[in-house]
Amino acid sequence: MSKPHAIIIGAGFTGTATAHDLALRGFDVTVIERGDLCNGTSGRTHGLLHSGGRYAVKDQESAIECIDENNILRKIVPQVIEPNGGLFIALNESDLQYGEAFIEGCEACHIPLEELKPGEALRLEPNINPKLLTAFLIPDGTFDPLRLALSFAATAKKNGAKFRTYTEVKSLIVDGKGNVVGVNVMDRRLNKSQEWRADIVVNATGAWAGEITEMAGAHVPVKPTPGVMVAYEQRFIQRAINRLNKPGDGDIVLPQRRMVVVGTTSFEIDNLDYVPVLENHAKLMLERGAELIPAIANAKMRGKYMATRPLIGAGEGRSAARTFKCYDHKETDNVDGLVTITGGKATTLRAMAEKTADVVCSKLGIKAACMTKEVPLISYRRYYTMPN
Amino acid sequence: MSETKWNIILKIYRQKENEAPHYSEYKMEVDPDEYVLDAVERVWAFMDRSLCFRHACHHSTCGACGMRVNGVEKLTCITYIRDVTQDGATLKVEPLRNFPVISDLAVDMGSLYCRMDSVGARPVLPVTEAEIENPSNKWNPEDAKYIRLSDCIECGLCISACPSAATSSGYLGPAVLAGAQANGLKHDPALLELVDSEDGVWRCHSAFECTAVCPSFVDPARRIMNLRTQIVSERLSRLFRRKS
Ligand SMILES: Cc1cc2nc3c(=O)[nH]c(=O)nc-3n(C[C@H](O)[C@H](O)[C@H](O)COP(=O)(O)OP(=O)(O)OC[C@H]3O[C@@H](n4cnc5c(N)ncnc54)[C@H](O)[C@@H]3O)c2cc1C
Ligand code: SF4
Repeated sequence: MSKPHAIIIGAGFTGTATAHDLALRGFDVTVIERGDLCNGTSGRTHGLLHSGGRYAVKDQESAIECIDENNILRKIVPQVIEPNGGLFIALNESDLQYGEAFIEGCEACHIPLEELKPGEALRLEPNINPKLLTAFLIPDGTFDPLRLALSFAATAKKNGAKFRTYTEVKSLIVDGKGNVVGVNVMDRRLNKSQEWRADIVVNATGAWAGEITEMAGAHVPVKPTPGVMVAYEQRFIQRAINRLNKPGDGDIVLPQRRMVVVGTTSFEIDNLDYVPVLENHAKLMLERGAELIPAIANAKMRGKYMATRPLIGAGEGRSAARTFKCYDHKETDNVDGLVTITGGKATTLRAMAEKTADVVCSKLGIKAACMTKEVPLISYRRYYTMPN
Repeated sequence: MSETKWNIILKIYRQKENEAPHYSEYKMEVDPDEYVLDAVERVWAFMDRSLCFRHACHHSTCGACGMRVNGVEKLTCITYIRDVTQDGATLKVEPLRNFPVISDLAVDMGSLYCRMDSVGARPVLPVTEAEIENPSNKWNPEDAKYIRLSDCIECGLCISACPSAATSSGYLGPAVLAGAQANGLKHDPALLELVDSEDGVWRCHSAFECTAVCPSFVDPARRIMNLRTQIVSERLSRLFRRKS
């Protein structure tokens, strides 16, 4: 029997990780992406390798996903990670109060944590706000967004996956029964349309997922929710610094290369393809960032930017769950041949891919176990050096 | 961002496979405090969906959005429009040189990535080896346990700007030699033959264009000079080892 052919639309974190998983399970994989890798949200993500601490109080399902995946990514892709941990710091009474729920939440989600006295925290991170009242050490990290996706893509490519970049899906090919059997694309390098058929089409277009499902008359409850981030030109810290309180605006500062990056905010939009960086949001990042690291107030700005979260389900902005969901559109809309994976986080890309590949395998009656927890990823550079 | 708006003409290099290269012009209203990449992205979003360009992180950590802006290599995600043009003027954007064009502004960086791997350039390294933040004597020994992403973002600006890379496609190029220098010949003696060659450090004519355009403070020119010193002392010590 010839290999089953899967088309994956979108080469962000989700699409590249899914390509890796399906290639390991013996699929013939074609990834179709309208830009280059990480053209969408993934490229512009903040870059926190979550320990799960941020979600340990309100969204424990996400928190557990994060700590489990954090541990796996440190093992399989150390080439893109600054693995130096993180601090949650309390600056006022309300933070201290939150600390109690935080300890309980982290324990419930098996997130290792260690409480530090202000002096100990300042010894580790001399540039954090000296007025801190307490601090918790947790296993956060920072990653390079493009190179994280490239590592998955390179390994997928080594195992036979093909990447068709600069190729936009214009419509889905639907058979007489309304089931999806392929995609019509525009190759933007040639200005030429083409047709690709597959046994299964995986929609991994993140915030754009609704645009793809609509092409087959199917639906996903994705709410695109952008946020703004600002980078500054000095590496004040070695660890991710989080405000010890419920998730809010500008409450995470990350080290990355020689920079620090403050993020984020949360707002709603109409046009997904171009979202301006709101000036008042950028200002807020400066103010909130300087609460955590006072020197940011006088630091030179390196760049300000935004990205759009593919949040799913009910709930407004910050309160919406950060978990992911895989939709078999046979079940949700009676459209066969199409699966959508969206929501989630960069940190959970591998788990999202595992879930999706499980659904795809069970739909096609294929028995193949997931191997991605163990397989180390090859050099991200090989993505560009292997022929397609 | 400011209240001021400028009207500019964005003149973009276009090339599709099997087509002769040409320029397309787009009249645009821009905020001078936006970045060049914002304007390019808006062309794609609102004016011309066929435009191809590379970009990802939008804050200078990924190295994907290198282009030539009015003839000078820039990381477009952190290049303010205010700094490269003026109200009413034309802003020319072209792909990097010394790489094959995939389409329009997007180039194939395969050769750079391949060579970076060939010298074992480290994507992450101990913070104590990242000299630019701190002179090395200021670190505590225990800081060596902190790992960080290296300075070179593999953007290719240095290779596009390098006159020697323009004349020899085999030249390893500034970023690659800088990666080898950071590893050090003492630490990695196998690198010697690779960098002590016609297409290695001796191809460099000390134009210093690489250091001038590098957006990430790698200072490849200085590193190439240092690598030459390393080569000479490594050769000498090998000579003496053989004699004794
Ligand atoms: C502001 C912000 C900060 C964040 N910070 C973090 C963080 O610190 N840590 C963390 O773990 N997570 C973080 N996240 C979450 C994470 O970035 C996202 O969950 C993740 O990037 C989504 O990846 P994706 O692959 O599903 O979507 P995307 O990366 O958006 O990929 C979808 C791809 O589909 C392509 N596409 C769309 N339409 C078509 C079409 N018609 N044809 C072909 N291709 C198409 C797009 O070009 C795009 O490349 C953050 C998100 C935001 C918005
Ligand atoms: S040395 Fe500088 S210019 Fe050259 S690729 Fe690295 S970051 Fe870019």
